[in-house]
Amino acid sequence: MVTIQTPNGFTLDNSGKRIVVDPVTRIEGHMRVEVNVDENNIIRNAVSTGTMWRGIEVILKNRDPRDAWAFTERICGVCTGTQALTSVRAVENALGITIPDNANSIRNLMQLALQVHDHVVHFYHLHALDWVDVISAISADPKATSALAQSVSDWPLSSPGYFKDIQTRLRKFVESGQLGPFKNGYWGNASYKLPPEANLMAVAHYLEALDFQKEIVKIHTIFGGKNPHPNWLVGGVPCPINIDGTGAVGAINMERLNMVTSIIDQIIEFNDKVYVPDIMAIGSFYKDWLYGGGLSGKNVLAYGDVPEHVNDYSEASLKLPRGAIINGNLAEVLPVDHEDPEQIQEFVTHSWYKYPDETKGLHPWDGVTEPHYELGPNAKGTKTNIEQLDEAAKYSWIKAPRWRGHAMEVGPLARWVVGYAQNKAEFKDPVEKLLKDLGLPVSALFSTLGRTAARALESSWAGHQMRYFRNKLIANIRAGDFSTAHVDKWKPETWPKEVKGVGFTEAPRGALAHWIKIKDGKIDNYQCVVPTTWNGSPRDPAGNIGAFEASLMDTPMSDPTQPLEILRTIHSFDPCLACSTHVMSPDGQEMAKVQVR
Amino acid sequence: MAAAETLYDVIRRQGITRRSFTKFCSLTAASLGFGPGAATAMAEALETKERVPVVWMHGLECTCCSESFIRSAHPLVKDVVLSMISLDYDDTIMAAAGHQAEAILKETKEKYKGKYILAVEGNPPLNEDGMFCIDGGKPFVEKLKWMAEDAMAIIAWGACASWGCVQAAKPNPTQATPIDKVILDKPIIKVPGCPPIAEVMTGVVTFITTFGKLPELDRQGRPKMFYSQRIHDKCYRRPHFDAGQFVEEWDDEGARKGSCLYKMGCKGPTTYNACSTVRWNGGVSFPIQSGHGCIGCSEDGFWDNGSFYDRLTNLHQFGVEANADKVGMTAAGIVGGAIAAHAAVTAFKRVTTKREKADAS
Repeated sequence: MVTIQTPNGFTLDNSGKRIVVDPVTRIEGHMRVEVNVDENNIIRNAVSTGTMWRGIEVILKNRDPRDAWAFTERICGVCTGTQALTSVRAVENALGITIPDNANSIRNLMQLALQVHDHVVHFYHLHALDWVDVISAISADPKATSALAQSVSDWPLSSPGYFKDIQTRLRKFVESGQLGPFKNGYWGNASYKLPPEANLMAVAHYLEALDFQKEIVKIHTIFGGKNPHPNWLVGGVPCPINIDGTGAVGAINMERLNMVTSIIDQIIEFNDKVYVPDIMAIGSFYKDWLYGGGLSGKNVLAYGDVPEHVNDYSEASLKLPRGAIINGNLAEVLPVDHEDPEQIQEFVTHSWYKYPDETKGLHPWDGVTEPHYELGPNAKGTKTNIEQLDEAAKYSWIKAPRWRGHAMEVGPLARWVVGYAQNKAEFKDPVEKLLKDLGLPVSALFSTLGRTAARALESSWAGHQMRYFRNKLIANIRAGDFSTAHVDKWKPETWPKEVKGVGFTEAPRGALAHWIKIKDGKIDNYQCVVPTTWNGSPRDPAGNIGAFEASLMDTPMSDPTQPLEILRTIHSFDPCLACSTHVMSPDGQEMAKVQVR
Repeated sequence: MAAAETLYDVIRRQGITRRSFTKFCSLTAASLGFGPGAATAMAEALETKERVPVVWMHGLECTCCSESFIRSAHPLVKDVVLSMISLDYDDTIMAAAGHQAEAILKETKEKYKGKYILAVEGNPPLNEDGMFCIDGGKPFVEKLKWMAEDAMAIIAWGACASWGCVQAAKPNPTQATPIDKVILDKPIIKVPGCPPIAEVMTGVVTFITTFGKLPELDRQGRPKMFYSQRIHDKCYRRPHFDAGQFVEEWDDEGARKGSCLYKMGCKGPTTYNACSTVRWNGGVSFPIQSGHGCIGCSEDGFWDNGSFYDRLTNLHQFGVEANADKVGMTAAGIVGGAIAAHAAVTAFKRVTTKREKADAS
């Protein structure tokens, strides 16, 4: 291949050495990455492939719309709950069902809790090992580690003895010869930049975060009965409120609210004393590694979420920002409309599906899905033993959604860039403080590090929002409102014969929407376009590369046999491949066509 | 020599005292429902073993099982991973990727032939030559069978690996298949649920590593210690069921007073799981306690048994003890006919007998 210039501004060259990473680990689901590096080991071509496909949406056809939340919740057990929330919103939107104020506060508490949980687990357990050399921590000086920890935070677990104990446990674990999840890691790779003391501090926090994350989700357990996969309800929330009456012990009562309050306090403390300071500390050693920006400085998209006012999903009511930015023009945030057929469209030219006319994209309400697994003429290997993909042909189970024809990045960084561009102080101020403390320009935000930092800032933001909605819930109960569900349209007999609706949220990984059509009390069609479909999309007919692919471009690799830099940047998106699965035929054997609408 | 080290050595060297260690053993034994003798057996077993290698593979799934596992409160998952097992392969948390990850599978299969636990989350799709789930460029099902060949024991985590779960719900377009349909020559421990309870998961793993054998299983392959009773049998709202006090609609007076959710579609009467006893997330709550009926997520084919809000059947009210079997029979009857009903009744009677014996002693 000769060099190709993509419409979205990248120069692709696949003539160099091809590197294959499959499986990409520390993600949700199954994914493959292939890159070409030039003679200086700089990535000059990137190919990202979704390697799994489940088909929840076709399974939903003809089912009870009130059940859809449970099916879609099982799209992903990591961001557990956010797909369910999107689903109940879509059903309520279609049927004109409203929810009580308390239900709005409780849903926001649950959604924000999963944001925090997802961000914390993502950073410490899925992403940190891309920045932190675990083995190096063994040679740290515990006293110096303590000094470092105390210089960035007043978190109490920071004494020399504490770090010495952690180090001893780690050393003995390593010396046992059974390295468990750290086996075959890229320890000692030149792209690891932290001194041993910062590595030891991070290892300590890896373990602390593992202990702490199980506390965060108790918010879901209180309101939804379990986590992962708490229960939701069309028309409100299933948990009734009974503060001090007969039977209060089994409902949302004072004890339950106290537990919520206590968890929120712990969340705020952990975010502000551990997570954000860790990002600052780690960031200060990686200030020169500002690769991975990809599309973030060009095209970003956010739907907005966390409604302040019940049943009001307008931009003014949403506490997380909404809008699209194109070509890096921060001066203009464009409005987004889920129902406009011209805005959100999906393409399959490079996806393992067939369209009647593959030069065109289709709005989710007009979608057609016909699976068509085939490898391109230049692929190497066989159909069931892929050695190398041919990106000029079809090469992924992920479709390519585009907004007005543009490949978009979604996620925490996209949300924070939109909020920044809208001059909202609660987003702009923390970003500017972080950049100032690190001595970096605004442009540094558009990087792998920026994506990782935005997630931490958002976790902190979410913790404080939880306190806000906890207070709002209490105030409303104090005012005498105990309602948690509206049941006037619970029964299918009360529904119109044929309706359609859209529900959206900001999942931890980015903009998420479900489109539903209900006919005769049953689901007639269901479509999800999820964050990793946006970020992990393959090329489109115009040749635009997706956000994952764009982010890998022009990154140097220290050692091309070790995919450390590829993992670091891909992980910064927090990929969820189970989420990106799409509509499939009702019978995979016959490859029957599914008409949506 | 590293290979000769015992789990107890590792625990001791990691700063855990002998006292804490024995306390851990007795607490674990107690939480599994064993007597004090078991704690000693557990301690001895732990003192003489190298950490058991565990290979945790993922097929078509949503990762909720992994997420549940890390929620374990006792034991803490960091202690499980650092001190109790050697989680050498788990694509969700392992540092290595690509070739370096693949190498671990090969090494484990050869070096620990017949000595590693294969834990499977999710299931293989069989349509499209298995390529609806690709791992290392190949069908997941191939890799799964290959690693199963030399495993000591196989655990099917959750509803996906055990029964098929959501992707296998009708019309199951990828032909997602439970693992016992593709691994035919090995015993498989099914730990169903969507997901299973965290402490149930760590309880099953630590049972194997502690006692060096598989837990006693029911005829469907589920550990009896967690799956021999229905949610309904131990539900704290059971008295309301027996007294005829039901939630009639969401957020009504009955709901606020904690009445029975049976009329709102609760599947507790037909669901075998430990939710109403162990509860979730360190015992904080379980679905019924938080106001929503059980959706039956640990039962085979629970996605295809009608709406989650459909009442199980038009059960008439009846007295408690005399007709408890009848509930099982009627309820199980709707999920799959005579065999299921028989199994349900048998299991219930067995439990009853055991309890009576325990009471008598």
